[in-house]
Amino acid sequence: MARNVLPGFRLGLGYTLLYLSLIVLLPLAALVFKSAELSAAQFWDIATGERALASLRVTFGSALIAALINAAFGLLTAWVLVRYTFPGKRFVDALVDLPFALPTAVAGITLATLYAGNGWIGRHLEPLGFKVAFTPVGIVVALTFISLPFVVRTLQPVIEDIEPEIEEAAAVLGASRWQTFRLVLLPAILPALITGFTLAFSRAIGEYGSVIFIAGNMPFISEITPLLIVAKLEQYDIVGATALAVVMLVISFALLLAVNALQWRMANRHSAAGARR
Amino acid sequence: MSSPRPSIAEPRWVRFTLTAVALVFLGFFLALPLVAVFVEALAAGIPAYLDALADPEARSAIWLTVLVALIALPLNVAFGVAAAWAIARFEFRGKSALITLIDLPFAVSPVVAGLVFVLLFGSQGLFGAWLSAHDIRIIFAVPGIVLATLFVTFPFVARELIPLMQAQGREEEEAAVSLGASGWQMLWRVTLPNIKWGLLYGVILANARAMGEFGAVSVVSGHIRGETNTLPLHVEILYNEYNQVGAFAAASVLALLALVTLIAKTIVEWRMRRETAMLEASLSPEGGAASPAA
Repeated sequence: MARNVLPGFRLGLGYTLLYLSLIVLLPLAALVFKSAELSAAQFWDIATGERALASLRVTFGSALIAALINAAFGLLTAWVLVRYTFPGKRFVDALVDLPFALPTAVAGITLATLYAGNGWIGRHLEPLGFKVAFTPVGIVVALTFISLPFVVRTLQPVIEDIEPEIEEAAAVLGASRWQTFRLVLLPAILPALITGFTLAFSRAIGEYGSVIFIAGNMPFISEITPLLIVAKLEQYDIVGATALAVVMLVISFALLLAVNALQWRMANRHSAAGARR
Repeated sequence: MSSPRPSIAEPRWVRFTLTAVALVFLGFFLALPLVAVFVEALAAGIPAYLDALADPEARSAIWLTVLVALIALPLNVAFGVAAAWAIARFEFRGKSALITLIDLPFAVSPVVAGLVFVLLFGSQGLFGAWLSAHDIRIIFAVPGIVLATLFVTFPFVARELIPLMQAQGREEEEAAVSLGASGWQMLWRVTLPNIKWGLLYGVILANARAMGEFGAVSVVSGHIRGETNTLPLHVEILYNEYNQVGAFAAASVLALLALVTLIAKTIVEWRMRRETAMLEASLSPEGGAASPAA
């Protein structure tokens, strides 16, 4: 079978490249093209302006915290869903994908209502001195919601694939359950955990819809970069919006490449399983 | 062989505590918001809820949302099948770069996705002067909303189909062709029946995103009531006008869509798992690895 007898390669690839160029590449090229109207110095001034830097700090800071929360609770959730049985488990498993299915605007107004001073949750937090809605904490809540499935869904198949023999060997050799987890299981699932974390982080950085309702959107305090792009656009500062969008695009692309590299390594490590340490 | 395996199970109290903590976390972050949408929507009673949905602006927003999905999904399905066919059935240079580029829209912020179309077709955009000279509106009109939706839902179908078709291998299609089937006969009678569940899965996910997209659509829509307002944008407008019941009534339609999506997705996952199990049972243990190497 040296030759591939199947038809349609030129048509399939040609259509793919044409459609990819029209819908994705050409529009993204317009972004780069437009930003070329700026000199490097002008670009730098916009990207490092006080309000832009503050928005980047808010965006990356809250995305990082949300992704860390999801790394911890996502690991716990994936573990519980794979290893334990409890009533309603299939329902809970299906519910994990809710943030993928629920439109972000719906998530935004609902979380804002829940965590506002008179909301179901905010009502109990505010007397304790915790304000969530309309503060940076609200941004973390929204980002935690929308990026919740990534870590769980990346870890579940990896935990399912762990051979019980490895854990049994550790136990026979005298390891406590916690030692087994820390020294045997955690190293095995760490690449997947990092991949899920990066996916969640990368999704959270670009998020707009769910955040704007709960953030309060105060410049320098709770204004995220995507909102600042929209604000500039509404003031017809198209060049300013473009410069910030280029910054976001470069960061997203770097994260996408990082995820691809991680997944490639995971796939390779999978075939050489057990070779670690 | 059935030696007892207590050694790799956590103590009962640990299992109980971990399960409880996970469920409390999911309860606060997932179940409570879902319940809250419907409670808020019905807060003023069922008549007020139905009135909010009967509002002409809500109706036209629902219709526009459905229309945009009906245009965007078939285009992305055609692309997904073509891309998966080229990538899963043929070897060519730059394949992994192509796969990365297909994933790109997932990594781009929705706001940036909307902005790029404003830069192309907006009044100050690259084609802006030409478009206004020919009296064609794309931005602040339905074509812009469709383009933004196409962008954000771009990878869904292709991403689902590429690994599926790679796993299935090309023997069946080669058999069809060598028995004299034309390319289109092979596509309709062999390829599509084999990938129907994966295709449906991709469509379900793409549809949820298409109907629910907010950021990208918000940038290109212009929020013209009754004309370029999709349902998520309608939710935003009502919410910002402090029309809590109206906003949550519209939101509840989208939340119902999310529930239908989750149910459909779970059913399709179940079907796919069953078919994979059947496929694996029909192959010899090492059969899957023996793809015809050139």
